[in-house]
Amino acid sequence: MAKKQLITATINGEQREFACEPRQSLLEALRDGLQLTGAKEGCNNGNCGACTVLLDGEPVVSCLVLAVEAEGAEIETVEGIAAGGKLQPLQQCFLEGAALQCGVCTPGFLMTTKALLDRIPHPSEEEIRFQLAGNLCRCTGYDKIVRAVQAAAEGEQT
Amino acid sequence: MQDFDYAAPISTNDAVRLLSDPSQKSVVLAGGTDILVLLRERRRRATLVVDVKKIAELNELAMTAEGGLFLGAAVSCSRIYREAAIAQNYSALVDAVKIIGGWQIQSRATVGGNLCNASPAADSIPPLAIYDAVAEIATHSGRRQMPVAEFCTGVCKNVLARGELLVAIIFPPHPKLSGAAYQRFIPRNEMDIAVANAASYLELDKAGKIQKARIVLGAVAPTAVRASAAEESLVGQEPNEELFAIAGELAQQAASPIDDMRGTVEYRQHLCSVLSRRTLTIAAERAAANK
Repeated sequence: MAKKQLITATINGEQREFACEPRQSLLEALRDGLQLTGAKEGCNNGNCGACTVLLDGEPVVSCLVLAVEAEGAEIETVEGIAAGGKLQPLQQCFLEGAALQCGVCTPGFLMTTKALLDRIPHPSEEEIRFQLAGNLCRCTGYDKIVRAVQAAAEGEQT
Repeated sequence: MQDFDYAAPISTNDAVRLLSDPSQKSVVLAGGTDILVLLRERRRRATLVVDVKKIAELNELAMTAEGGLFLGAAVSCSRIYREAAIAQNYSALVDAVKIIGGWQIQSRATVGGNLCNASPAADSIPPLAIYDAVAEIATHSGRRQMPVAEFCTGVCKNVLARGELLVAIIFPPHPKLSGAAYQRFIPRNEMDIAVANAASYLELDKAGKIQKARIVLGAVAPTAVRASAAEESLVGQEPNEELFAIAGELAQQAASPIDDMRGTVEYRQHLCSVLSRRTLTIAAERAAANK
């Protein structure tokens, strides 16, 4: 078996070290090694977006990143977006707009939306739908999610 | 996931040395959006994964001395479409990289990987072919170059021999009065595999007549195919919808698609005609605007 490697990365603003085998995905390292279980394993082949995290500011599916590739990287997970026990406005908009049902896809949607609003503070509905196309939801449908993103962009809570 | 070792060389020579090691079954990792799925599903076997993203040359995205474009094989799709100069000069490439997977995939996936993966439905291959792009390949004995159009040899097969590494894709300069476009047809609005796709390139003369035309179709044969008869029908003519409709009809004759759950032979042939016509129309508009 390939030797474990020691990886150092900044995760949610904090420098962390973890050991992983080369074959382990970043998703596995986050969930099993670092107990950051916010990112969810959905399809495990890059289709559903439930495991989305930000890697150096870019949304990526952490099931298709090897943990060893994260050496020196900056990673942001859904655990990092609420501050001081208070939900981020974006999370509050999802909550109040009932933009979720079973909730498995929600952390991925939140991370992609965060990246979107960081780049385009007031996206059009088309931009929202296009940029969130890599996140699949099998129970709610997308309208409530889109409305929650719009509410967050407008700085309102639905 | 199967067990493997991991190496992240920082030079092309080191990568080639690792890929040539006869004691290892090695694979290249660029964006990983295809290879990690194949490894996980055991459709590919490897004892060594060689991550090429730390090699400076493979990360280069710059204009060449001749005025063309040097696209390192490990440059991600999202980096490509964020560069305004590329969007202006190589718009068909940008049309394609904007719709490869969703945003998460575009953050990682590379055009180099898309080419090496050699899927018949690959989005970036028809745009590379219409621009007459060249693949630069590092081998243990030096470098070689070949037209991208000859790089794929069959379904998921390419010309790379053991120990060879795709370094970059080099685009010739973008002349004035030239324009190109890429489109695909998918049943969803986003994030799907092309039922058929097409890229077209047009170069106009000062009088506005078509001087050069290239049309390449994807997902309708084991590799991307050039629609030569359609191209010939355009040369010397003034661009217009009627001409493009005739070219579309001729283009579909170059297709030899399969029947599958995505579409029948007839459906795919029809799509070739429609997509050729539409991409020619956009290419002509872009060419006229590129003064």
